Amino acid sequence: MATETTTRAKLRWGLLDVIVVVFALIPVLWIASLSFKTPATLTDGKFIPREWTLENYRTIFDTDQFVRALVNSIGIALIATAVAVVLGAMAAYAISRLDFPGKRLLVGVSLLIAMFPQVSLVSPLFEIERQLGLFDTWPGLILPYITFALPLAIYTLSAFFKQIPWDLEKAAKMDGATQGQAFRRVIAPLAAPGLFTTAILVFIFCWNDFLFAISLTSTERSRTVPAALSFFTGASQFEDPTGAICAAAVVITVPIILFVLFFQRRIVSGLTSGAVKG
Amino acid sequence: MSVNATPTGADVAANAERSAGRHAAVPTQRARRGRAPLSENKKAERRLGWLLCAPAALVMLAVTAYPIIYSVWLSLQRFDLRFPDQREFIGLENYATVLTNEFWWTAFGVTALITVVTVAVELVLGMGLALVMHRTLVGRGIVRTAALIPYGIVTVVAAFSWRYAWTPGTGYLANLFGEGAPLTERASSLAIIMLAEIWKTTPFMALLLMAGLALVPEDLLKAASTDGATAWQRFTKVMLPVMKPAILVALLFRTLDAFRVFDNIFILTAGANETSSVSMLTYNNLIRGLNLGIGSTMSVLIFIAVAIVAFVFVKLFGTAAPGSSDDERR
Repeated sequence: MATETTTRAKLRWGLLDVIVVVFALIPVLWIASLSFKTPATLTDGKFIPREWTLENYRTIFDTDQFVRALVNSIGIALIATAVAVVLGAMAAYAISRLDFPGKRLLVGVSLLIAMFPQVSLVSPLFEIERQLGLFDTWPGLILPYITFALPLAIYTLSAFFKQIPWDLEKAAKMDGATQGQAFRRVIAPLAAPGLFTTAILVFIFCWNDFLFAISLTSTERSRTVPAALSFFTGASQFEDPTGAICAAAVVITVPIILFVLFFQRRIVSGLTSGAVKG
Repeated sequence: MSVNATPTGADVAANAERSAGRHAAVPTQRARRGRAPLSENKKAERRLGWLLCAPAALVMLAVTAYPIIYSVWLSLQRFDLRFPDQREFIGLENYATVLTNEFWWTAFGVTALITVVTVAVELVLGMGLALVMHRTLVGRGIVRTAALIPYGIVTVVAAFSWRYAWTPGTGYLANLFGEGAPLTERASSLAIIMLAEIWKTTPFMALLLMAGLALVPEDLLKAASTDGATAWQRFTKVMLPVMKPAILVALLFRTLDAFRVFDNIFILTAGANETSSVSMLTYNNLIRGLNLGIGSTMSVLIFIAVAIVAFVFVKLFGTAAPGSSDDERR
């Protein structure tokens, strides 16, 4: 009887699993399907393409518009991620390890920024960046990305840092290392998995942004793919851009799918560890 | 979530105690350095703490605090980039303009509606998804991986997928409720916007809730089960109380995040048929209308609205901020 209930339970859970997976995947499969459709069958309303083609992908990689945007997206997201993780790691180390006045203030401020309405910054940043010559440049996007990624980085990293065996640091200090050396030589290598996870989360955040990308850029010089997508017109003015938009959308979804497939465990632990208690 | 600027008395006492304890453990060092080692060590630690936090703090303040103050200043001016020579200080006139404008209140209503509906639905669905991800007997990895896809995917990409799905002729969903173009009518547009939002952010809600689920002691559930508690009783009487902090954190984060809704509306309707959110309206005034004065006024008003919501949450529930727990510092 016991085996019977577990089989039943397994079936029930399995059914729920299938619902979740289908619900999560349908929009992704749909846009992928559209990207493989030929122009003639694009408007047939079928979920699975009747005729397959790679034409849409050829089109977008032939146009400067998309390639440039892709380069911008990758470059801006990578730089912002690197800076945010380094600054976040320094702050998170201090928060999880050191005693100093103002610590709670910093935690409070980053919490506030995590909840900050980003659109409130768009108007002033638009004007400030125009005056400083940062408007429509890489740094003009990297700066706000770092700012909004920092709270995420600080929380996730402090949570990871709290799990590190700090006795090793003490041992290093006994052997004559300064606090700074103990950080670089002993703790940093131990913290590498946490840093990596945080980097993925921050990268996803930067990769995803649309509001800043569309407000603080005006040309191909710094427009990222999400922003460029909304300006896509197709090869000629009279051509329907649907296929091209879908192909471009699939291209920028690929890295996300790869992250999720390979680092599911890390991403889940990163998101949940910082969430409830630090 | 207690955001204290200054350490409390208890804090200071605890710090002193900790330092004392640490130094008691290394008496030789203390003896060698004489009378002042405690404060010197403490000072070095403080300096390092400040030094390590300074870059992050400076960037965050430079990119948020300064612009917010600047936008208050801009909001008090007539400042239209198309007519830059008409720029002048006009006090609160912009606020009067915005607050008596029907578009603003329509957008505010739309934003509030989307926030309330999506967060409520996500709480229920997210709890279900969290339970599945946490407790499923088969395919846990597959479920978690699949659930992370909506979380990770670029919102604009998902929005395009939904848009084409509902476009007559192209989409597989277009004729679901009979003929017509759902994205050209207000009610159905709003429903689709909410659907897109819920699809995208339920997994995030579920992950935050799952963190809370992990705190529920398995023994307690077994004991309740032995005592004859039904699954529903175990959920409401055992799980929910333990999960309360996690639920509150998830609600707070999602509410404030939902209030910023922009990407989905931009792609799905571009704000047509009165489906603009406050973010969408601000963007239109600023980037399309190039009216910095009005745009900044809206920015400030949104900031105030979000601050009020956050304040109410914190006052009502007093949730614990991540990372602020002092007990596990060392």
